[in-house]
Amino acid sequence: MASNGKSSERQRIAQQRLRIIAGHLRKQEEADHIEIAAQECKAESSRTDTAKPNSVPKRRQEIMKWNGWGYSDSKFLFNKKGQAEFTGKRYRLSGLILPSLKEWFEGTFGANLQHKSPAAAALNAGAVPPPNLSESFVEELKATDIPFSHDAEDRVFRSHGHCLHEIFGLREGQYGRCPDMVVWPNCHIDVVKIVELACKHNVCLMPYGGGTSVSSALECPPEETRSIVSLDTSQMNQILWIDEKNLTAHVEAGIIGQDLERLLNESGYCTGHEPDSMEFSSLGGWVATRASGMKKNIYGNIEDLVVHIKMVTPRGVIEKSCQGPRMSTGPDVHHFILGSEGTLGVVTEVTMKIRPVPEYQKYGSVVFPNFQQGVACLREVAKQRCAPASIRLMDNEQFQFGHALKPQVSSMFTSFLDGLKKFYITKFKGFDPQQLCVATLLFEGDREKVLQHEKQVYDIAAKFGGLAAGEDNGQRGYMLTFVIAYLRDLGMDYYVMGESFETSVPWDRVLDLCRNVKERIVRECKEKGVQFPPLSTCRVTQTYDSGACVYFYFAFNYRGLSDPLNVYLQVEHAAREEILANGGSLSHHHGVGKLRKEWMQDAVSSVGLGMLKSVKEYVDPDNIFGNRNLL
Amino acid sequence: METLVWTCTEKTPEPGVFSDMLEERRRTSDLSYALKSYSPQPYKGHPPSSARALHQAVMDSQYLRYITQEIATESREPVEVIREEASGILEEMSHNLQLSVIRLLGYTLNKVFKSVFRRILVNEDGLNRLQQAIQEHPVILMPNHRSYVDFLVLSYILFTYDLPLPVIAAGIPLMGMKLIGELLRRSGAFFIRRTIGADKLYWAVLSEYVRTIVRTGSAPVEFYVEGLRSRTLKSLNPKLGMMHMVLEPFFKGEVYDISLVPISVSYDRLLEESLLAHELLGVPKPKETTMGLLKARKVLEDDYGSMHVCFGQPISVRELAKGRITRSQYNLVPRDLPQKPSEEIQAFVSVVAHGMVRLQERDTVLSPWSLMALILLQNPEGLALVTLTQRTAWLRGLVLKFGAHLDWPAQVSDEEVMSSSMSLHRSMVGCEGARVFLLEAPAPGGEASVSPEAAVFRRAAVVLMCASYRNQVLHVFVRPALVAVAMATTPSTRKEDVFTNFKFLQELFSNEFVFVPGMAAQDFEEGCLLLVKCEALQTSDQQLVRTEHGADTTSCLQAILQPFLQTYQVVFNYLTKDSALVFTERQYIPAVRSYCLKLTLAGELPTCEALSSDTQKNVLNALLRMNAVTKTKVGDQSEFRVNKAAIQRIGDILAGRIPPQSAAFSRL
Ligand SMILES: Cc1cc2nc3c(=O)[nH]c(=O)nc-3n(C[C@H](O)[C@H](O)[C@H](O)COP(=O)(O)OP(=O)(O)OC[C@H]3O[C@@H](n4cnc5c(N)ncnc54)[C@H](O)[C@@H]3O)c2cc1C
Repeated sequence: MASNGKSSERQRIAQQRLRIIAGHLRKQEEADHIEIAAQECKAESSRTDTAKPNSVPKRRQEIMKWNGWGYSDSKFLFNKKGQAEFTGKRYRLSGLILPSLKEWFEGTFGANLQHKSPAAAALNAGAVPPPNLSESFVEELKATDIPFSHDAEDRVFRSHGHCLHEIFGLREGQYGRCPDMVVWPNCHIDVVKIVELACKHNVCLMPYGGGTSVSSALECPPEETRSIVSLDTSQMNQILWIDEKNLTAHVEAGIIGQDLERLLNESGYCTGHEPDSMEFSSLGGWVATRASGMKKNIYGNIEDLVVHIKMVTPRGVIEKSCQGPRMSTGPDVHHFILGSEGTLGVVTEVTMKIRPVPEYQKYGSVVFPNFQQGVACLREVAKQRCAPASIRLMDNEQFQFGHALKPQVSSMFTSFLDGLKKFYITKFKGFDPQQLCVATLLFEGDREKVLQHEKQVYDIAAKFGGLAAGEDNGQRGYMLTFVIAYLRDLGMDYYVMGESFETSVPWDRVLDLCRNVKERIVRECKEKGVQFPPLSTCRVTQTYDSGACVYFYFAFNYRGLSDPLNVYLQVEHAAREEILANGGSLSHHHGVGKLRKEWMQDAVSSVGLGMLKSVKEYVDPDNIFGNRNLL
Repeated sequence: METLVWTCTEKTPEPGVFSDMLEERRRTSDLSYALKSYSPQPYKGHPPSSARALHQAVMDSQYLRYITQEIATESREPVEVIREEASGILEEMSHNLQLSVIRLLGYTLNKVFKSVFRRILVNEDGLNRLQQAIQEHPVILMPNHRSYVDFLVLSYILFTYDLPLPVIAAGIPLMGMKLIGELLRRSGAFFIRRTIGADKLYWAVLSEYVRTIVRTGSAPVEFYVEGLRSRTLKSLNPKLGMMHMVLEPFFKGEVYDISLVPISVSYDRLLEESLLAHELLGVPKPKETTMGLLKARKVLEDDYGSMHVCFGQPISVRELAKGRITRSQYNLVPRDLPQKPSEEIQAFVSVVAHGMVRLQERDTVLSPWSLMALILLQNPEGLALVTLTQRTAWLRGLVLKFGAHLDWPAQVSDEEVMSSSMSLHRSMVGCEGARVFLLEAPAPGGEASVSPEAAVFRRAAVVLMCASYRNQVLHVFVRPALVAVAMATTPSTRKEDVFTNFKFLQELFSNEFVFVPGMAAQDFEEGCLLLVKCEALQTSDQQLVRTEHGADTTSCLQAILQPFLQTYQVVFNYLTKDSALVFTERQYIPAVRSYCLKLTLAGELPTCEALSSDTQKNVLNALLRMNAVTKTKVGDQSEFRVNKAAIQRIGDILAGRIPPQSAAFSRL
């Protein structure tokens, strides 16, 4: 690994950067890091020796929930006093009491703490269908020394992503079709071997990265009769080299976001790619789904970040011959790989752009009298191309939701949250508390520029009636995105189910789309017999020159419904129809998977779909990568 | 769309109880009524936007910017000039709704209504539903239009019931009436030129104006989908321009949904009844001058019985559009740019507009007089009072079976119903020695010696007046009646063959009666079903068989359509035998009229109703549609060229002399 004289300066910045990450992600002192030695790979010479154990072990069950989001030690619950608290030590909210959550929860959903809907207590390995193994494949695999398992728990863990229906099923103890075995390649060469064997023995391979998919991409196709092998990339997690002259890093595709950033930070760098799922999602997964990070305004989306990709396919390895920053060599073959959702092969190594860790970072927030004004402001910011690293606009419902997460004691929050109502009434006179909404901001760069930039953005906001509402408020907004997935699990303990979904849409349609989709959800729920009005809320999470990314949450109380899952699926389907009818895209970053496949042809035209199919046909004629996503 | 929304076979939702809104008005003073507190719950809590803000929004719209720029480029005039012009159009058009004027108007209308009507009956359930609808989505009020009186009646009712006041699309002629024009504007009327033609700028301003109101939901929009006041009291086929404008914000996703509220207004007796008949006979109507109608003391002192206003079930456009409209068709072009509506959209707009007229028909409350008029017209020589009473009572049973709403007073003997109706309509009907007969209209100016032509018109005037009242009930019968006629003209009893004939008749009469496009099969089924229901028909194994004891019903139903069948044949005869091959629009009506007159004097005109210029026009339009007449523009005149052989053929089919070619009339 290269180094230069400035390395101590880099170290300093890196330390700071770590603090920042910890700031919106997790507790700083995380001394009790779970030590898992998982480095059985036949070490490659160039491997960096500063490698730390990766944060997610091979046996995910050791630290992660089998039927919910995230770490087993971290969860929301209502304690005996009926107060909400967040357990564990990992996050800022960990160990804190959230006194207003109960009221919000009951008020919003008509839920009741007396009415519990607990999940199945433990994974019942006996209920998992036995694996359908290909003897000959297993035989030859053994010879390669690549670790594998057909343990029921390992298989169940890799049978799903995090769609509501997947988690809901697990909570009810339904396991569905699981992969028949799991393999853990340690490097590119291992993957080449596995793919060769799979082709030879006609088994179905399904790449598995961080398991955070929200498009049913990891669901095993029930119609698949071959043996299904989940190819878990988690052990391919090394930064192979850092090129400080060109500011690139060559990384194994199984590395997960938090490890990648942590390791790069140690050298004073970052990728700046921060999807909300970065604690668990992997580089390969990002490439395979065309992921988008919260700070794309500075760093770009995944397609802007990759310089070189190596992918193993049944036809062989695909990669470019050089690392030129742009090429005119026909259609960019990277774009067959980006968004291929595991249908063509396994991404094994990626060269990515890196940046020095920014010197300074500052949160901010602006309160607007209503959502229209907020959107108008974001539009203007986009027009002037002065969007901060991140700018997000939450609607009123989400703003109120944010309040409900006010912890009891926390110096960070007290200033802003204590007497919040008073604060708003005195400071934002004339703002209707049922209408106002808030934009959260994150600025990055060198200090002076950040301050300058900040002023520019606040000036624009002021033109749209926006008033600065403090740093804490902004920071809290970002924290929320990391705990929201945990909150869904709490809801499910009390008959509340929910999901999020996203789209991208031209600027002029943002308001109409938001209103119509939210309203559609409310009406569909009512029609389907949902007793209490659902939570139906959205935020604008990304801005582009010609449009924005909009993210919806919806959740409802399903008590009294005979088939709640079906109701939920119908509502989600209707919401997607509404998005498409209002000029929104099928997906901005979650991908298509199997969940949104039915709309693919409409989305890209039948010729477009045909083009993709013919690529699949050529690359993988025997459908070895048979997860049946996308096409 | 649930096709059933438009058919009457479905159990019609009851309009609910009607209550007399004048009753309370009579107990309180007009002044305290006019000054009552008024604080309606608006749409989504938005306060109505001011007329000026609306003007500004329209002028600032991207759409108008685009169009004005385009016109400026085409006409090589500075865009400022075009925008100035647009602003002028907008000025001329804009409503200027003011509560104070509504109060003044309330005061006046209160006085007038109390004096002319016995009761104004309103279904409060409908108003409650409307109140609900107004809060959720932009609302379009779609009343039928039968009288000058109903122009402001909805505003009056909504004011009374504390609902948001509508803005109302009105014709420019109303604006021409000086004082009244301004008064109407301030009561929420906005004015539309009668003939817009290809005036692109005008269309643009109008449509943006209407869309802006709908989009912002600033006020319910009221418009007459029939386009005009119906002179015949029959429903008119809808006009689609305005319908499209109000629906567009939904198509383009600018609003979540729009509620269409059909409203059926009906009168026991019309203030302008004699005017109508004279218009149809070609006696020029008095210009719509300021006090024109209401000034006439006599009119105001007379008794006009009751007025019914039925607020129908609000219809969700979103529900209607389900599966019919792909809203994503607007995805690829900025929504602000002018775009020719797709065929899918056009068809949808047409179906909705026609469907709304049907709903208006369905909810109309009929008066006993409509039924009596029907019977009187079938007995031009008069009939015994007992027979009239019997026949009317019998007809009453039939319309109720057919699902219509009838305002037949309870706890009153049939005889009393007859006599009170006749006394209300004593200008039309006389009763001497237990015989009832139609009168003649008084000679204008009381001329002593009357020319034979004038005598014809005097008789015809009463017949057409009477026919108007009958027309109000026609929609109830038209489908089974068409089936009955089709059966009579079809030699076989095969359902399929009868249906072919039915389709031909429907095609021919589609200017006469309102049929939702593309629903011939449902109309036919409905017709058959009703005939079965009244035991006039048995269906088995794809055969339609008339029943013995239903003969009376069948022949009555056929007789209902006779005046139309006869008039069409008369006009066909004229066109094939008497008319020139080519004539202008202006020549047509007078020529047909004098032909009819000639026949009358010779005692050969089968029905006075043939003298109605409305029906005469409808015949011409039907022939145009069926390509038996072609129309060409010569200068600013339209020229018609007749294909005599084709008309002959249509006449023969109508008379049952030859069968229709099913393919030739497959519009439906
Ligand atoms: C709470 C939460 C927040 C999220 N926030 C974001 C966000 O901010 N931005 C965003 O873009 N997405 C987000 N997502 C969605 C998800 O995290 C992304 O789709 C992510 O890219 C998936 O990565 P993964 O490693 O978890 O892939 P997995 O879920 O394991 O797999 C996803 C798909 O990629 C394929 N795949 C995985 N690895 C490889 C590989 N090496 N080679 C070939 N194919 C592969 C799989 O076969 C599968 O089809 C979020 C999800 C959750 C649950």
